[in-house]
Amino acid sequence: MSKQTFHIGGIHPADKKISRDCAIEALPIPPTVYISLSQHIGAPAKPIVAVGDKVKTGQPVAEPGGFVSAWIHSSVSGTVKSIGPRKDLSGKSVPSIEIAVEGDEWIEEVDLSDTLVTEFPEDNKAIMAKITSGGIVGLGGATFPTHVKLSPPPGQKCERLIINGCECEPYLTCNYRYLLERGEQVAVGVAILMQVLGVKDATIAIEDNKPEDIAHMKDVVAKLAAKSDKFRGIEIMPMMTKYPEGGEKQLIDAVMNRQVASGGLPISVGAVVQNVATAYAVYEAVQKNKPLVSNTLTYTGDCVATQHNYEVRVGTPLSFIIECAGGMPQDAAKVISGGPMMGRAVSNLDAATVKGTSGLLFLTAAQTKRAPATACIRCGSCADACPMGLEPFLLKRLALAGDLDGLEQNAMQDCISCGSCQYSCPASIPLLDIMTQGKAKVMGVMKARAAAAKAAAEAKAAATSAK
Amino acid sequence: MNKLIVSPSPHIHTGVSTTSLMRDVVIALLPAVIVSVIFYGLGELLVLAVSVLSCILLEWAITKYMLKKPSTICDMSAVVTGLLLAMNLPYTTPWWVIVLGAVFAIGVAKMSFGGLGQNLFNPAIAGRVFLLVSFPTYMTTWKMPQGLFGADAISGATPLGAINEAVLQHQSISSIVSSYDYGSMLFAGIGGSAGEISAIALLAGFVYLLVRKVVKPWTTLSIWGTVALVSLLFWIGNPDRFTDPVFNLLTGGMILGACFMATDYVTSPMSAKGCVIYGIGIGFITLMIRYFGSYPEGMSFAILIMNATVPLLNRWFHQKKYGRA
Ligand code: SF4
Ligand code: SF4
Repeated sequence: MSKQTFHIGGIHPADKKISRDCAIEALPIPPTVYISLSQHIGAPAKPIVAVGDKVKTGQPVAEPGGFVSAWIHSSVSGTVKSIGPRKDLSGKSVPSIEIAVEGDEWIEEVDLSDTLVTEFPEDNKAIMAKITSGGIVGLGGATFPTHVKLSPPPGQKCERLIINGCECEPYLTCNYRYLLERGEQVAVGVAILMQVLGVKDATIAIEDNKPEDIAHMKDVVAKLAAKSDKFRGIEIMPMMTKYPEGGEKQLIDAVMNRQVASGGLPISVGAVVQNVATAYAVYEAVQKNKPLVSNTLTYTGDCVATQHNYEVRVGTPLSFIIECAGGMPQDAAKVISGGPMMGRAVSNLDAATVKGTSGLLFLTAAQTKRAPATACIRCGSCADACPMGLEPFLLKRLALAGDLDGLEQNAMQDCISCGSCQYSCPASIPLLDIMTQGKAKVMGVMKARAAAAKAAAEAKAAATSAK
Repeated sequence: MNKLIVSPSPHIHTGVSTTSLMRDVVIALLPAVIVSVIFYGLGELLVLAVSVLSCILLEWAITKYMLKKPSTICDMSAVVTGLLLAMNLPYTTPWWVIVLGAVFAIGVAKMSFGGLGQNLFNPAIAGRVFLLVSFPTYMTTWKMPQGLFGADAISGATPLGAINEAVLQHQSISSIVSSYDYGSMLFAGIGGSAGEISAIALLAGFVYLLVRKVVKPWTTLSIWGTVALVSLLFWIGNPDRFTDPVFNLLTGGMILGACFMATDYVTSPMSAKGCVIYGIGIGFITLMIRYFGSYPEGMSFAILIMNATVPLLNRWFHQKKYGRA
């Protein structure tokens, strides 16, 4: 088995896929859901329902608040109880819609059957309209509105669609289950995305710690390709199990052997990357008229008695999920939304899930203990680990000294916050904490400079045209 | 509900710590330590004990009474320094000379720079060079090993010492070189310090470090490659005056230095390219001192000199960055 991988850095944490054999199961619908209006990158959505309105499952409740924004739908049927700020998982206030659940009545046009629909229309406009109105966002972590990613800027052409099935975060197994249980649907979703992008080639990248997925998807794609030309260009690529294989920039390097220039977009090297779960959501929206009202999350941890892969309605309170799963695991000291490398620690268990919630991970105090930081011993492990080729030991020094020019020269702004440096540091220095602050400062300076340059250029243009 | 821990990602860690790295270095040195104790006897054990204990005590005392900071002896770096210093000394070194060496290594080369991670020079080498300059007699008179089981002690010179003597007397060196058997040099049996006694034991330790990914091989290979190549050229040019590559690789702490001292994280370059240049420098300078200098072996001086170039090498050579070709 060939092993593609990215060329710079990377680490090998234990993959801990202890929930891999748990089939996706639907979590019961909670009595109340809280739907965040800001669960994608970009402008928050604007509510289009009022308190007291009756809503059905799948009915839009908020419209995009800008170009980079997304539709949001009710994930349940019931009555809108309130619209206002509510605390998210880290205690930050975000505008949300509270809906009291009454039954589960869907909007009419949704096809709730299990029948696989492989035929899809030639009309890309109609498909795009469904993806947009379905509220599809990237489910690989960034929750970037999918319709925006599918509209490359004029003059730039996609050469290859990459479907990220790496799931390189330890513990998480949703994508693994998607490919195993809903591989056909994912493949149809991929074919739809290929048609919209006008590309002939797509690669589904799967890490080689999931041989079942690799074998299954090869089989699925071969069968579909035998029936329709639309599936011809899809290849399955086994990847080396290495973190962060599924990072967008790393995956492009691994699959296409091309690197996106600093500050550039994947499309500049002819790539568009979508996640497996996103491809599935595209299938549902286009083939089943089903908007994004539920997503799958892995309920896991070594201290969790029974592991699960749950399909949950968007807006389900975390406390409800924990209750359904049998209560808070005894030894759990930290709850993480997402994986252990990039997930966020939860401080507020009343917070509700969002479209991009990919896991609930429970760690014991011993597993997540941060040893006190000691002196840097200049071992270079952080630089060896960094998938962007940065030198965290140096950036740390510059950041603590407040040397913003030095930080920019040493590419602080390229950091993808993967945490590989901090994971590797024998001196337990909180490198990512320092990187995050350093990056924010450098980005601030760069933005201010870009704005000033733009203003100067405009002033000059105005002056010339006035002459 | 009890309180949840909330901290930024990443939420897990490799588990490798400074202490575990240093422990691995100690483990890697053990084979050579054991061989040297068997070979040199209790005197060697005393040297090791005095050196390690004084390094630990000094670091503890300096952090506690002078710097008034939490003690750092738990990271075991003082143990490594103590072991390396001892392995660079003859087993006949008086205890007070060893303590002075430890004072220089820990007090001057390490703690006065700010402790582990801040020091420019490798503490053990700095300590050794200090002793070599201050107490040349203790450092260069070697007695042939007596052994744990007590054979008669014979005074003798180390191979490099003998060669140096011959060169200074303008004699041919070939008879001296041919009196050494490379096979016994590899296992144990030439005069010298603990760190020179058994190439095989040292190499075994180095392989352990490589397997555990504690060190990378670039510096070491670059030193050996340079030494082999340069001495080959000289030796072909004049075998009566210059020693051959195998001789140079097996004597004078070449293995201990290249495997354990030049690879010290703090005082060697960060990048692979930097390490190669650093290694070339060490190899070349060592040979020049051996061939033309007044000291019989040059490894310590060479490492110390190249230590000083590390900040520069780190500024010149960087990691290859993503998307910035
Ligand atoms: S968090 Fe940033 S600096 Fe650290 S390894 Fe990842 S990209 Fe490199
Ligand atoms: S991994 Fe930690 S100790 Fe090693 S060089 Fe980087 S910051 Fe320093």
